Amino acid sequence: MNPVLKTVLQRLGLGIATLFVVSIIISLTIQMLPGDFAKAVLGQSATPETVAAFQKEIGLDRHPVVRYMDWISGVVRGDFGESYASAGSLAGHRRLVADMIGPRLLNTLFLASAAALIAVPLSLFLGVMAALYRNSIFDRLVNVVSLTAISSPEFFLAYILIMFLAVKFPIFVSLASISPGMPFLDRLYVIALPTLTLVLVIVAQMMRMTRAAIINLLASPYIEMSRLKGAKPLQIILRHALPNAWAPIVNVIALNLAYLVVGVVVVEVVFTYPGIGQLMVDAVSKRDLPVVQGCALVFAATYILLNLLADVVTIVSNPRLLHPR
Amino acid sequence: MTESAETGPAMAAPTRIVRRGRMSRAWRVLRKAPPTAWFGMIVIALYLFTAIFAPVLAPYPETELVGGAFEPWGGAFILGTDQLGRDMLSRLIYGARNSVGIAFMTTLLSFLLGSALGLTAAITRGWIDQVLSRAVDVLMSIPQLIFALVLLSIMGSSIVNLVLIIAVLDSTRVFRLSRSVAQGVVVMDYVEAARLRGEKLPWIMRREILPNIMAPLVAEFGLRFCFVFLTISALSFLGLGIQPPTADWGSMVRDNAALITYGDVTPLLPAGAIALLTVAMNFVVDWFLHKTSGLRE
Repeated sequence: MNPVLKTVLQRLGLGIATLFVVSIIISLTIQMLPGDFAKAVLGQSATPETVAAFQKEIGLDRHPVVRYMDWISGVVRGDFGESYASAGSLAGHRRLVADMIGPRLLNTLFLASAAALIAVPLSLFLGVMAALYRNSIFDRLVNVVSLTAISSPEFFLAYILIMFLAVKFPIFVSLASISPGMPFLDRLYVIALPTLTLVLVIVAQMMRMTRAAIINLLASPYIEMSRLKGAKPLQIILRHALPNAWAPIVNVIALNLAYLVVGVVVVEVVFTYPGIGQLMVDAVSKRDLPVVQGCALVFAATYILLNLLADVVTIVSNPRLLHPR
Repeated sequence: MTESAETGPAMAAPTRIVRRGRMSRAWRVLRKAPPTAWFGMIVIALYLFTAIFAPVLAPYPETELVGGAFEPWGGAFILGTDQLGRDMLSRLIYGARNSVGIAFMTTLLSFLLGSALGLTAAITRGWIDQVLSRAVDVLMSIPQLIFALVLLSIMGSSIVNLVLIIAVLDSTRVFRLSRSVAQGVVVMDYVEAARLRGEKLPWIMRREILPNIMAPLVAEFGLRFCFVFLTISALSFLGLGIQPPTADWGSMVRDNAALITYGDVTPLLPAGAIALLTVAMNFVVDWFLHKTSGLRE
């Protein structure tokens, strides 16, 4: 078999196995529930009968393996179970976790892809420029600014942006509330500030790694050769260094996109954006376990998928693997 | 540092050659530190000072309601009051103690756990290494914040739970680093010699391996502290971390965020305090890494 195809298939298998184990862990965490949990969800006034019924409903009386099989077989069919919010209420209206997650996941993906579309080209450009003019004033400035952006909490950047771009100079809006029937351009306008916050955070990281990956290569003999034959600095970087730097750069891009998945949680809360991150935070504070588990599985799957993608792209973009001798 | 490197700048003070202890050697290295590293060290020292002397420095108690809600800057309250009428400046000062202290404890715990397991895996190898490494691989395949959220929703938010959860999740990174750097040391002859003369595992760990992997571990401690600090702040900001009435920077931002829309910078102060400390720490670690890697080559 083709060695590239073989490695890619191996990684795919590993990814699926990881996802499987992760789903077991997420499901097993329920085993660690403290005894007073039913009271915490149903309220202090819950009668013993309600508590018993609730514990039966969430399956605490069943064997963990049975419960896991039930849950996972539902998940693969797109059924994440029911929210506890409906279990506690007497009205009896049932809220399916899948219905809660679905539209919000789309919103989050919209926000994350808008951030990624801006951040990836920008960080490549800045990284190449910083490598080209390394140790110049520009390089140092970019270095300090990016280090500051990396070290700041997301909500700090977010509130600074709100302060300047929504309050002092009201260019954008500070509440990113979007509704289903909203025109595309309006949506883009509303999510401008959250997108900008995410861009700031991930550009810093990606740009630094791009710069480091290129500078790492600049010491190699073949770069020296091209320099001696009289190639211009920009040409050396774009034609000779960058193709070989792709693997680490793509890896970092994928890792940062995976990081976006986590970064959105805080940003969504700051801008009250109706995404899956906010749903999860709400569910955690209400201790609505099925929703938390569903969200966690979606997040973990996205994260694993992006890391898998990074691996595959790294393998495929490696010339030494593509042209075996 | 070699001996020849020290004689160079020592010419200005010949009397110091007689007694050159740890302090003067440390000072020699410090003097050559870049301004960013100096800035970082001064900021960290200031934070430590504030944290230790918080009760002396703060004009009001941490949790007492001393005025009306959201009072403006100036007058009796230098930075105004928060959403319940507690003095903002005092809570900022106590926050240095609580937020930084909790993050520090968590990092320490994660290091004890992670490096002990990492070294054990590197020394014993075999199935222990396999089991630990695979377990860490799986734990690391879930984003840390998400995993922490799941665990918090089950165990409930309290400071003890928070410290334990973050420490365990974060120790995976420490495990990976200490295992990989220790693997390089474990194959050395002097470790083999110690093993052959019958030294026990803890002795080998402490006396033969730990001193040789200290530099990367110290740098990692700084970086992990930043990461843990940011994670806990983010959780507190989300309302799931350190709970009121404890003064904590993350939750202070959350509680006073409404002021932003009126153009008031007060909520930015605790957020800025978090950012400043992590930036300072990063500067110092950057310099330290540069320094230690330069010496080894």
